[in-house]
Amino acid sequence: MSLNDWLRERLGLEALDHVIEKKRVPVHRHTFWYYWGGMTLFLFGVQVATGILLVLYYRPSADEAYESVRFLMTQVSFGWLIRSIHSWSANLLVGAAMIHMFSAFMLKSYRRPREVTWLTGMGLFVLCLAFGFSGYLLPWNQLAFFATKVGTDIMGSVPLIGPFLARLLRGGDQITGGTLTRFFGFHVAILPLCMTALLGIHLFLVQWHGMSVPPGTEPPAAAPKKEMRFVPDFLLRDLVGWLAALGALALLAALFPWELGLKADPYAFAPAGIKPEWYFGYMFQTLRMIPSRVLGIEGELLGIEGFGLGALVWALVPFLDTPDGRGPRAGFWRVVGVLAMLYVIVFTLLVYRGGPS
Amino acid sequence: MKRRTFLDVFLAASGAALAAFVAYPIARYLVPPKAPEAATRRVVAAKQDEVPPGGFKIFPFGGEPGILIRGKDGAYRALSAVCTHLGCTVQLRPDGQSIWCACHNGFYDLEGRNVSGPPPRPLESYVVHVIGGDVVVEKAKGA
Repeated sequence: MSLNDWLRERLGLEALDHVIEKKRVPVHRHTFWYYWGGMTLFLFGVQVATGILLVLYYRPSADEAYESVRFLMTQVSFGWLIRSIHSWSANLLVGAAMIHMFSAFMLKSYRRPREVTWLTGMGLFVLCLAFGFSGYLLPWNQLAFFATKVGTDIMGSVPLIGPFLARLLRGGDQITGGTLTRFFGFHVAILPLCMTALLGIHLFLVQWHGMSVPPGTEPPAAAPKKEMRFVPDFLLRDLVGWLAALGALALLAALFPWELGLKADPYAFAPAGIKPEWYFGYMFQTLRMIPSRVLGIEGELLGIEGFGLGALVWALVPFLDTPDGRGPRAGFWRVVGVLAMLYVIVFTLLVYRGGPS
Repeated sequence: MKRRTFLDVFLAASGAALAAFVAYPIARYLVPPKAPEAATRRVVAAKQDEVPPGGFKIFPFGGEPGILIRGKDGAYRALSAVCTHLGCTVQLRPDGQSIWCACHNGFYDLEGRNVSGPPPRPLESYVVHVIGGDVVVEKAKGA
């Protein structure tokens, strides 16, 4: 008996063979968008691998965090590379997740029976943002300090539970070394645990339901289905994309190594030109532009509640749109999707147009 | 009640109680203990000649930053440096005419009144005394 046969008998690989053999990807004019889920997953894999490497040198305390990252960047062989790839990959990951989310929205992939797949996707996106937010503080530099101050203050403005939530996140009333330790715990233990569970469900559901075919691209009933095998046809195309992403990461990390900045000082003023990571840019720009009072309501509160309400509606769209993705209601949600994309793109660009200093 | 139903209810209730016994200490553990309220009402913010006329200094005041501004005439003024919008630390503009928060472009005048941008409230104002070469900042009475 060969090793292969020995393993097959014990691991039940026949069942896996069957799944692989059966898995097909529909081919139509929007097939390109199917690659973005895999791209997001690949970049998440890069984050796990580089994150594990970073933990070997990182020290999560206010006295040592900044110094340990500086040591990693300047003394450890390829330390700068690992950290830069981690930071760049985080940015590309959120970008890929956004493309995946908006394409799923526009192609109405959330329709019955994929409502839960959409909801788990929303959860995963929120987790990605939470990873970004918690990881940003870990080098304990000046920008990170104020980003965390603003971010936790925003949480603090949530009606009723806000102050409790802000204290829970900060581990106290102020941003201190305790906050750093807590964010480290979120970043390397709590969030990965949630991510693993939710990602498992999401991938299982994608597998279980197969790929959604967007309305208007279904072949006529009599015509044969146009599709390709997942293994090897789709997977090989996936690999090409992943290789390109890896190349882009190496290029970005080598040409633009991630900066460390100045060490956080709770008694320094916020530096001119301070801005968050690009994926929080549209929220940042909105909060900058809302006046202090709108119709008697505090502008900041209005903005934050607006974001909350928008996110809720976005998550519930499978239950608000028509099940078959046709008709005026489906058209309305398509317009909502386009407007949401325009809002995010325009307001993100506004951040970089060079504001007053 | 059937024995089966009774056992189902009993088991579910026991399970819920056990879950609560496990969850309660965890939930309480996650909430940080209340630190004793900082009783600081008075602090030496700077030495008398430390801040030049037209300059400013951020100083710690009961765990939060304060801003000490010295006017061109040499007079001192002190305010909370915590922006009332989303909590960033403010600074004096180079022209010395206004206080500015870089995070979301909020402006205050030198009295701490919010004049433009998103800040919803003025900055808290403190009382300044110069005592024996020290600039002492104190919370206003009733604050």
